[in-house]
Amino acid sequence: MTDTAAIPTTTKQPRKAAASFDANPAKAGWLTKVVLVLLCVLWMIPLLGTFVTSLRTLDDVNSSGWWHAFTPSGIRALTLENYHNALSGKGMGQAFINSLAITLPATFIPILIAAVAAYAFTFMEFWGRDVLFLTIVSLLVVPNYVAFIPINKIYRDAGISGTFPAVWLAHIGFGMSLAIYILRNYMATLPRTVIESAKIDGASHFQTFYKLILPMSVPALASFAIFQFLWVWNDLLTALVFLGPGDKEPVTVNLTHFKTQLGQGWELTTAGGFLTMIIPIIVFLSLQRFFVRGLTAGAVKG
Amino acid sequence: MFLKFVLAILTVIAGIGAALVIFWLLNKLAELLPGRWEDRVKPFLYILPAAAAIILYLIYPSVLTVINSFKDNFSRNWVGTKNYTDLFSSEDFRQTLFNTLLWILIVPAITVALGLMVAVLADRLSARSEKTAKTVIFLPMAISMIGAATIWRFVYDAAPKGVTQIGLLNAIGGFFGADPVQWLQTQTFHLNSLLLMVILIWLQVGFSMVLLSAAVKGVPVDTLEAARIDGANERQIFTRVILPQIKGTLITVFITVTIGVMKIFDIVYVNTNGNFNTNVLGNEFYNQISTFVNYGKASAIVVILMVAVIPIMWYQVRHFKAEEANA
Repeated sequence: MTDTAAIPTTTKQPRKAAASFDANPAKAGWLTKVVLVLLCVLWMIPLLGTFVTSLRTLDDVNSSGWWHAFTPSGIRALTLENYHNALSGKGMGQAFINSLAITLPATFIPILIAAVAAYAFTFMEFWGRDVLFLTIVSLLVVPNYVAFIPINKIYRDAGISGTFPAVWLAHIGFGMSLAIYILRNYMATLPRTVIESAKIDGASHFQTFYKLILPMSVPALASFAIFQFLWVWNDLLTALVFLGPGDKEPVTVNLTHFKTQLGQGWELTTAGGFLTMIIPIIVFLSLQRFFVRGLTAGAVKG
Repeated sequence: MFLKFVLAILTVIAGIGAALVIFWLLNKLAELLPGRWEDRVKPFLYILPAAAAIILYLIYPSVLTVINSFKDNFSRNWVGTKNYTDLFSSEDFRQTLFNTLLWILIVPAITVALGLMVAVLADRLSARSEKTAKTVIFLPMAISMIGAATIWRFVYDAAPKGVTQIGLLNAIGGFFGADPVQWLQTQTFHLNSLLLMVILIWLQVGFSMVLLSAAVKGVPVDTLEAARIDGANERQIFTRVILPQIKGTLITVFITVTIGVMKIFDIVYVNTNGNFNTNVLGNEFYNQISTFVNYGKASAIVVILMVAVIPIMWYQVRHFKAEEANA
């Protein structure tokens, strides 16, 4: 190892971590690296097992553990057939487009609405503000499924049952209290002096929100965007209740057909499951760059 | 196929466009009012769309739930507090409450601690390694519940003794000569509940890590440098400079995870359906609705959850008041 921070092992122990930190404050010592590598390996084992399983035939899956795939005969038996079966004839391509059409508006619309509301809760004075905010926080604990029966009745009366907007609105409603909660908490940590000086310069609330608060809240916005995207993308229950199986079904509903149509389907479920993971991972990787150091550095802390 | 794709994109644009137009109109509307009224009305217009969504999708169903918790299984006749007394007099339900409490005590603490550890430690790596480590920890968040259930089946699976084990834990045990264990049926020390918690922690650490990492990176660099110049070591910098500045996010993440744990349903439902003494409130709610078709009891369970969250809310409010007094 060419790591300059690495310190030869000695018999003195617990102080080690601090010592290596001291030697090189900005960089990781060996202990940091070992801990992280261990955690990452532990985190990956279940995933690796599933991935290997998705490449094996049903007989192999049921007769031996997935780690047997690493023997020479095991490697020869690996096949892409599960992926082929999952993609062909099961309508997964269409389901992908449906999932995107459901997830994108259900992610962006609540962020916009919640950011405006969070701004009002953080920087505006109005009657009943704290009570209203408390109500929203307390609603965080209400499980989504409470709403399914009453809302479905409303949807049927309004004639929008089984349409995309029905699902969007449901996800907007369900995600709203968490979005306001996360964004308001983040905005509360923003330096007040910046907002004060904008007010003195004659900026309106709309300008302050649009030009100052929104750009400064990007980490929190991106964080919530990722989570809302994942929740909606991976949601099964809401889609089943408000859309149902059919030509508008998202990938999660599509995945449930694998088992019923083919009886023994879990080798297909593993392959299909990996296909559905691709887009969330791309979203995470592309939004990750927003979490850059020093976004608020330099601004005056209150 | 192509047409459907275009239609899908168009609906996306229309949906986002509609939201933008609503805000633009609301803002214009407020600006039409005379000066003092503009300031008074504007906050309410800003929170109006959010409030409307919350009223329709959460408050209205919640109120309905509270009312139904005092009615019979088809919400027809009033039965007073019978649903509550029935629940609390059942030994099974008290056990379910205790299990839920175990989840609440264990999962959020470990999730936040692990998330903070990864966020802080990975921050010290090179940009590329940090990205890799964080991606690995985050990856489970991208998995749906069906996927997670399938994945952990390959870890906890147990076959009879003498048959090849396809579950990882029993295969490792077998390698060392141990007998196969029915992991999810072992109630001693709530082992099965703890193993189910591992699945949730595995899924959720990514959540706490991303939020905490954003907070850690939001700590102004000059405060760190000032502390270093003053001779603070890295441990002091962590406990005295970083921790106080990310306290707000820390509490947010803790409460968010806690609330998610209180509602936990899918993991228990998919793996054991509450059998072998692993039942929790969320799963019991679902059973009351789907198996016993008793809306009264199901509603009472949700009301119990809503009451249980009051102490958390109270703490949250106090924390905010204290923080705002300092600012």
